[in-house]
Amino acid sequence: MSPRLRLRVFLVAGSGLFGLLIWGFAGLPDFGHFHGVYGQLLNRASTPERATTDVITAVNFDYRGFDTLGEEFILFAAVIGVTSLLRTLRGERVDTPDDDAPGRQVPETSLAVRVTGLLLVGPTVLVGLYVVVHGHQTPGGGFQGGVILATGLLLTYLSADYLTMRRVGPTALIEAGEAAGTAGFVLIALGGLIFAGTFFENFLHIGTAGQLLSAGTIPLSNFAVGLAVTGGFAFMLSEFLQQTLVKRRRQVR
Amino acid sequence: MSILPYIVAAWLVFVGLYGIVTSRNLLHLVVCLAVMQSSSYLLLLSIGYVKDASAPMFSDLPGPTRAVDPVVQALTLTDVVVGTTVTALLLALAVQAHKRYGTLDPEQLRPGGPEH
Repeated sequence: MSPRLRLRVFLVAGSGLFGLLIWGFAGLPDFGHFHGVYGQLLNRASTPERATTDVITAVNFDYRGFDTLGEEFILFAAVIGVTSLLRTLRGERVDTPDDDAPGRQVPETSLAVRVTGLLLVGPTVLVGLYVVVHGHQTPGGGFQGGVILATGLLLTYLSADYLTMRRVGPTALIEAGEAAGTAGFVLIALGGLIFAGTFFENFLHIGTAGQLLSAGTIPLSNFAVGLAVTGGFAFMLSEFLQQTLVKRRRQVR
Repeated sequence: MSILPYIVAAWLVFVGLYGIVTSRNLLHLVVCLAVMQSSSYLLLLSIGYVKDASAPMFSDLPGPTRAVDPVVQALTLTDVVVGTTVTALLLALAVQAHKRYGTLDPEQLRPGGPEH
């Protein structure tokens, strides 16, 4: 199909879809006038019941924890998928890319980028840990904090190079973190089954809202998910960056 | 009745789809899919919005106040995670496509590599 014909077909079908979407959305509750009872119930219940001032974390790691378990395994499966897609194939060898383009001068990373990157590593890790640890009180949690923590590792790549990043975050350590985090979240859920009789039941002492050690298993789940997300993202970044080292030995047709 | 956020959500689907259909580069195509996906974030958050209400965070609020729906916000978080993983997988596929065919143009992806 020629690009011109394809565009015409799309414009006809697409404008139909656009119209259908608008028609469907017009049947939604008016913007600003949502009256879902479940959400309002959770808003009222989560602070007295679970000592959680961030309702979204309470939903994610307690009330709808089972759904988050699925989300967690989506991430896990994606990490496995990226790893197996980017594995070293037959006919490839891992090498530094310098000699690949002998005529080309690769400019050195400027000192400003190196120093700024290095200076940002500490604060980034601190912010990431803060976001993970205070997930049950303020906006944030394991997913958000984990991404920030993985950014800390990426900064070492920016301020040095890939091989230095591998030294700072060895693959074995990242893999172990990813696996331990994912398994930890499942174990917390199983703990609910063992100690309270229901999968994902919050079986630890709830405590007082506003204190760091409160909300029962929610901070623990945040920590486990934070570990898993840090490991997962760091691992995927590492896999993509490793592609800069992979060089084809011969053209496979 | 204000349906502007919903129109923007429908528009993002349309624009993203247009980009995918006309794309000549797999990386551009992945970004277009991300644009499409951002429409679902906007749609979810717009549905749960309550006028003059605060975010569902009660750390510095005196008592129960009106807050927007927390369930759709939690769903949006799931959506973002899924979006990221899809993007990562597609980028990995793009890397493999480039290795196999030596091009990122979807038009050139046929057995035997690019036409010269």
